[in-house]
Amino acid sequence: MASKTQSKTTAEFADDPINASLTADDKIELLRKMVRIRRFEQTSLKHYHAGSIGGFLHLYIGQESVAVGSISLLGDHDHVITAYRDHGHALAVGMTMDECMAEVFGKKTGCSKGKGGSMHYFAPDKNYWGGHGIVGGQTPLGAGLAFGVKYLGQKGCCLCYLGDGAINQGAFHEALNLAALWDLPVIFIIENNGYSMGTSQVRSSAHPEEGLAARAQGYNMDWAQIDGVSVYEIRAGVNKAVLRAHEESRPTLLEIKTYRHKGHSVADANAEKYRTKEEIQEHMAEHDPIDFWKSTLIGEGVITEDDYKQINKEAGAEADAAAEFAIKSPFPDESEIFDDIYWEVDNNTEAGRTGRHFFHG
Amino acid sequence: MPREITYREALREGLDEELAHDDNVVIIGEEVAEYNGAYKVTEGLWKKWGDKRVIDAPISEAGFIGMGIGASMLGIRPVMELMFYSFAYVAFDQMMNNAATCRYMSGGLINVPIVVRGPANGGTNVGATHSHTPENIFANMPGLKVVSPSDPYDVKGLIKSSIRDNDPVYFMESTVLYGMAGEVPSNDELDEGELIVPIGKAKVKREGADISLIAHGRAVVSSLAAADILAEKYNINAEVLDLRSIRPLDEQAIMETVRKTHRAVYVEENKPFCGIGAQVSSMIMEQAFDDLDAPVLRITSADAPAFYSPPIEKLQLPTPEEIVERSLTIC
Repeated sequence: MASKTQSKTTAEFADDPINASLTADDKIELLRKMVRIRRFEQTSLKHYHAGSIGGFLHLYIGQESVAVGSISLLGDHDHVITAYRDHGHALAVGMTMDECMAEVFGKKTGCSKGKGGSMHYFAPDKNYWGGHGIVGGQTPLGAGLAFGVKYLGQKGCCLCYLGDGAINQGAFHEALNLAALWDLPVIFIIENNGYSMGTSQVRSSAHPEEGLAARAQGYNMDWAQIDGVSVYEIRAGVNKAVLRAHEESRPTLLEIKTYRHKGHSVADANAEKYRTKEEIQEHMAEHDPIDFWKSTLIGEGVITEDDYKQINKEAGAEADAAAEFAIKSPFPDESEIFDDIYWEVDNNTEAGRTGRHFFHG
Repeated sequence: MPREITYREALREGLDEELAHDDNVVIIGEEVAEYNGAYKVTEGLWKKWGDKRVIDAPISEAGFIGMGIGASMLGIRPVMELMFYSFAYVAFDQMMNNAATCRYMSGGLINVPIVVRGPANGGTNVGATHSHTPENIFANMPGLKVVSPSDPYDVKGLIKSSIRDNDPVYFMESTVLYGMAGEVPSNDELDEGELIVPIGKAKVKREGADISLIAHGRAVVSSLAAADILAEKYNINAEVLDLRSIRPLDEQAIMETVRKTHRAVYVEENKPFCGIGAQVSSMIMEQAFDDLDAPVLRITSADAPAFYSPPIEKLQLPTPEEIVERSLTIC
């Protein structure tokens, strides 16, 4: 949405009951979560450039409203699964900066003990099921989490996030079909940042004029398109889908329009070649979801500019402390290579002790 | 008179007992419910257990197996049927990446108690696409277990332990064996009250002192037939060891039989390149070199895609005659 229409849409979505019920503290907390994600990633980027972090680092900067807005709606039996751009969702579900930072540093104190890295964060105790590296590969798992919720007779759902580049993978279409066919309470959220790595959406996806999510019509599934700049709009739109999942056990396909300020990953050398600097600048200057939410809250009199500065400062300090924690943490021990492969072996059960499980050396 | 039932019936009995044993066991696959199973393995289970426990899936292996993996993370125990194990290849990312590595990449926070079962065999006149034997491919991946039962007793005992196992188990059967009858005690004949065969334990199917025929799956049946011929015609007493599970592997049983007979042949319907026999013969070479009186032989399917024409296709798989002929070269 262009910035000139923002005040109108903000008012419209702010009045939605799910938003009208937010307290000032709730709204500040949403801001704080977004700012924490950004400062976490800015700090990780700094250490990546310094050579302390290797591999892939897919930054979520510019998209924070999507994870924070949607995950803020969830309850005890709701689940989250996403792809490799997973830092935002992890912090939004309540994982700590320390465990997340230590993981990208490859440290023993990381959330996956240094075995997963940036793309593979997990926190089952927070109903967070990854962090998956293969484009679209997590979408059948998302349907499966919803199947599990339904099978166990719980009132819940699964938010299954994917990028716009994932919508052409076969596994995703199979997951859509199963979800619609079996009335699974899953909400597929396409975070459409316009680019599947360096290939623009125009060059990668055929879809109805109404947008990517309109493909859901082919599966007789409900769908909607949401502007990802506004937390109010995201919450209002996703909540309809959550209610549909909870009350009717029906799936939804959502497309949330967003933008990544950085490249596909930090290793993306062409991030400013397949899109213009002007395009990136415009999004950063005019459609940044954190700026937008900050302005909204200042406009509502919920915070002042100084409050925001304080939140930003605290988040920056937290991220620096997390980096310090990661740096000071030990690397995993070589002896841990053969842990966490088989549950039965890890738990030293009779099954785990029967037969040879590993064949090296 | 001990009870005799077929491999198919034994498998079904195991599935039925596990549906009764644990409310979270659910059978999902193509034609498993209303159609009663493409190979009738699940016949009657939908009628008995209903829509919630036995579910017909669309032809969508990546989708429904991936879905089963996701559900298993929440404690559901899906038993997924592949109509042919050849179809695993369209679900490969789910079966190799998601089922096998989620536990590792989460630092042990997750486990995936799923069973993916179905026939993995050639020799049925259906062409190369439906005749794959991928036990070596999946056994290559740490995090997965691969089981390959060769008789009714084992198929029942092993499906039950596979469903109760807390790791992903890929359970490979054979359409050629489905009609094979064998002794399977009923539960009231057993002190334990049920038949459980542990994963990772091999079984000596025939005692012998002159040569060890080590095998898995239907190749065990061919090896037993070969052992009869060796005894009758050549006075050679072959021991036949059925691995039953590929990973975990009963290394001790392999070395014991080699140390007893000093001659080993690995027989399998898998392809030769990096097949199970390649792994086993390497282990024998490393651990029992001094016990060997002859090189370890490998008898596999022909190193070619499955031939459609029946008379030729039969020649691609190890026959008792081929096993005898090759065995004689080292006796």
